[in-house]
Amino acid sequence: MALAEITGDISSIGYGLAAIGPGIGVGIVFAAYIQATARQPESAGLTRPYLFMGFALSEALALFGLVLAFVFSNPA
Amino acid sequence: MSLQLAPLADSSVPWPPSVEEFFPPGLVGNWVTKFSIMVWIAVAVIIVFFLVTQRNPKIVPNKAQWLGESVYSFVRNGIAKEVIGHEGPRFAPYLTSLFVFICFINIFAVIPGFQISPSSHIAFPAVLALISFGLYWYQGIKKHGLGHYIKTSVLLPAPWWVQPILLPIEFAQILIIRPLTLAVRLFANLFAGHLILLVFTLGGFMLWNAGNIALAAVGVISWGMAIVMTLFEAGVALLQAYVFVLLTASYVQTSLADEH
Repeated sequence: MALAEITGDISSIGYGLAAIGPGIGVGIVFAAYIQATARQPESAGLTRPYLFMGFALSEALALFGLVLAFVFSNPA
Repeated sequence: MSLQLAPLADSSVPWPPSVEEFFPPGLVGNWVTKFSIMVWIAVAVIIVFFLVTQRNPKIVPNKAQWLGESVYSFVRNGIAKEVIGHEGPRFAPYLTSLFVFICFINIFAVIPGFQISPSSHIAFPAVLALISFGLYWYQGIKKHGLGHYIKTSVLLPAPWWVQPILLPIEFAQILIIRPLTLAVRLFANLFAGHLILLVFTLGGFMLWNAGNIALAAVGVISWGMAIVMTLFEAGVALLQAYVFVLLTASYVQTSLADEH
């Protein structure tokens, strides 16, 4: 007897898991930028390119998860 | 999944979308897609924009010239000089063209009537990433020579016992990971944005047609969210253009950098 049944695609769950790490990473990147700007307001322009670079590099991992979720999904 | 989406098939919403959607109606030949038309429009608009704004430059610029020059100086000073350094202005024309081009093809994602960006088709970001890949390899080889370039970018100052792990990673970095992430980042951002807009818009239709007054109210909220996400998507489109150009500049900078 089946108590519970789940239908659907496990790759969606995989993408959800894959988004955890980059989510934390992007949070850390922005937290560090806010902290740096609060301590040294005149450095805001200097560190902004690094903010976006760090953001983009961490975000790329989540996007890989999204793409791979589609690659390994079974079209019903 | 197909069962849950059945209300859509009954309604007047064109569902499911198919490959035929990519081909504009009334045009013969399968070599013209909506994406190629969007790219032509973008290129034409960019050419006209820079021709008009820079045709007759004056010392005291008028509004149009000021607009064109501020776009150029944003990339030249904000990205090329900031990231690459004193050799930056050499790359500013290419980086500016790249920035404006990606901005335009991305913004198609939120323009009514188009509502999909050529960047959400992997071929377009892939070609742009290949050009960046060629650019930083060419600049590195031109400056250092092939062997020396690979040595400077792969061999990092680290203890010798870390090198077996580090060398393959760094080698894959310059050969595969950089162009792949460039292409996939741009593609996936715009593709995900398109999906989010679809989820809220079509989700609104499904809730509206659900035959329940409470769910119909949620459907209206869902359409409101679609408008909010459209604005968010416009921000993402411009941000991703900036990020793509920033990373290209940063890769060129590491190619030009001297030994650590």
